[in-house]
Amino acid sequence: MIFHAEPIEFVRQPGSGAPVWRGRAADGEDMLRFAISVHRHQGRLAALWGEDRRQQGAGYRLHCVFALDEGWPWLSLDLAAEGDQCPVYPDLSGIFPAANRMQRATRDLVGIASDGSDQRPWLRHGAWPADWYPLRHDAVHEAGVGVGFDNFPSDYEFVKVGGEGAHEIPVGPIHAGIIEPGHFRFSVVGERVLRLEQRLGYQHKGVEKLFLGADLAHGARLVGRVSGDSTCAYAWAYADAVEAACRVEPPPRALLLRALMLERERVANHLGDLGALGNDAAFAFGLTQFMRLKEDWLRLNQQMFGHRFMMDRIVPGGVVMDLDAAALAAMIEQCGVVRGEVRKLRALYDAHAGLQDRFATTGAIDAALARELSLSGMAARATGILLDGRAHRQGYTPPAPYAQLGVRPVTDERGDVAARVALRFDEIYESLRLLREIALGLPGGASRVEVAPVGDAGGLGVIEGWRGEVLVGVQFAGDGRLARVHPHDPSWQAWPALEHAVMKDIVPDFPLINKSFNLSYSGVDL
Amino acid sequence: MIPLLRHIFRTGILTEPMPEAEGGPQREIDRLHDEILHVLGRALTIREVDAGSCNGCELEIHALNNPYYNLEGRGIKFVASPRHADMLLVTGPVTRNMENALRIAYDCTPDPKLVVAVGDCGCNGGVFGESYASCGAVENVVGVDLRIPGCPPTPLALMQGILAAIRTTK
Repeated sequence: MIFHAEPIEFVRQPGSGAPVWRGRAADGEDMLRFAISVHRHQGRLAALWGEDRRQQGAGYRLHCVFALDEGWPWLSLDLAAEGDQCPVYPDLSGIFPAANRMQRATRDLVGIASDGSDQRPWLRHGAWPADWYPLRHDAVHEAGVGVGFDNFPSDYEFVKVGGEGAHEIPVGPIHAGIIEPGHFRFSVVGERVLRLEQRLGYQHKGVEKLFLGADLAHGARLVGRVSGDSTCAYAWAYADAVEAACRVEPPPRALLLRALMLERERVANHLGDLGALGNDAAFAFGLTQFMRLKEDWLRLNQQMFGHRFMMDRIVPGGVVMDLDAAALAAMIEQCGVVRGEVRKLRALYDAHAGLQDRFATTGAIDAALARELSLSGMAARATGILLDGRAHRQGYTPPAPYAQLGVRPVTDERGDVAARVALRFDEIYESLRLLREIALGLPGGASRVEVAPVGDAGGLGVIEGWRGEVLVGVQFAGDGRLARVHPHDPSWQAWPALEHAVMKDIVPDFPLINKSFNLSYSGVDL
Repeated sequence: MIPLLRHIFRTGILTEPMPEAEGGPQREIDRLHDEILHVLGRALTIREVDAGSCNGCELEIHALNNPYYNLEGRGIKFVASPRHADMLLVTGPVTRNMENALRIAYDCTPDPKLVVAVGDCGCNGGVFGESYASCGAVENVVGVDLRIPGCPPTPLALMQGILAAIRTTK
């Protein structure tokens, strides 16, 4: 496969997962040319990470996953290792601004750097030295806190905003709510936000290091805890990647049960967000009502799957549970009840002038910016971009089982908080419809097949989670253990979009705008 | 306004006991509420600190305020500042990047204070353990009065844990 007449030969990854093509760039120039070509064709940068391959007798490898209409070209660039030096590759952030933080994180963890001007550390806050790279195979990995390094939290060079009356409001890392930690630096004049700069990395707990040398089962447990609210999306993406590498096809029943869990995860999160969005606009009624529905939803999860968030139920090869007719009947009944309740609540939300006044035009971004920032998922669809990995579109066929389910994607042109609220309502209806269809059309047969790791093989899984595109890249070592796993959260691309979304608004609107994106900290801090 | 009030009326008070449910979750919640009030006789304020979780524990801590568990309706309130808090509810593992912030929050909480470690990761590091980036259990950074295991712990387990922590001070 050749994309846009670029001289790189891509090969389609086997398996039932998302359409992924693998290719290798001859050198940095080659990669840069391909990136420019993707950008010219309105493509996106989906993920970027690094890998230490010196144990395989090679140097380092940079992985870039791009997104085009047809699917995901996955480009690798080999970099020679010279002593302890940090190999350098061409900066992509001039083409795709989303590359900036991914490149800085890759430098912090693997010790390969872009030749860009922004070399500020991203995940390294001072808990380990600048010339020590945790994801290199020779980096010490003894048990114990800090593996012998002192913790010196470092200052961070925020971009300064000058001028008369301009001042800064620092927020976090601990926020004034039950929410993950991160630092927001607002530059304001009066109440008006001139600039927001985020500093994340506080949730960095070394997930990627833990994958090195892990077995398949332990990898599945870990990946399900990258971002707890998306545990099904991560587990499925990991399973897809492993199955592609090992050339295993999960049975049809397993694929539909995975979709059932993914849609239940989507509904649970959307219900919670709709309540929280009402609450952030001082409409506590909304929080109470939606949290009630969410609790009912989670309690049925507990009954059906033995876990309220369905953690550890999706594994490579299939799923580890099954549903009987009674469970499916209970689920169909609940879908009907929830649909009715959500319709009533939507009427109340729509009729509430005060609420709509807070939602409309607040935190707006447009489609051009969304494309520029490589945004995926809900936040992109709320700007009018028809981009849903589960749905057919021009030139794209979704992977099983969504190809047969016929997902009707939802978009909204407005790009503001109101659009992201409306989108959640509509996506709940669509997911409820899908859940019913899955339950009625569930085929019999096995729900799991055996998976035997294949030495030195790799794969990539892409799943449309409730927030957006979740990617997991997997590489096996010769002994069948995991040599490298990189989970990628859609929040990587969406955090910078949030910086833009608040710029025209006032500080008190920030919580509402932030909640309307509801991004993961843990998913990007890893 | 009238449709809204009608909706509230129709929903009813979900926190009331269900008489037929023998020992079901609803009954258990009520028993816990009564006991919490009996022990406290006043309000308890909690500052939740996420010191490195996967956000799974936060989902369940949020659920404590839904109408079924209705923690705030019973005088147990989550507050924005550790200076207003009687209890720190800490999820983990404590990342090394959050180690300092957690210590500051702990120092800002007035004595006498309670610290409850939440989730397998808060209790013992969980799947993340101790590493170059993780301090593991909450007790490796600040003193802990009680541990609530689970991945994540259910809202009921959280309520039982909070109650047990209060009892330790009696």
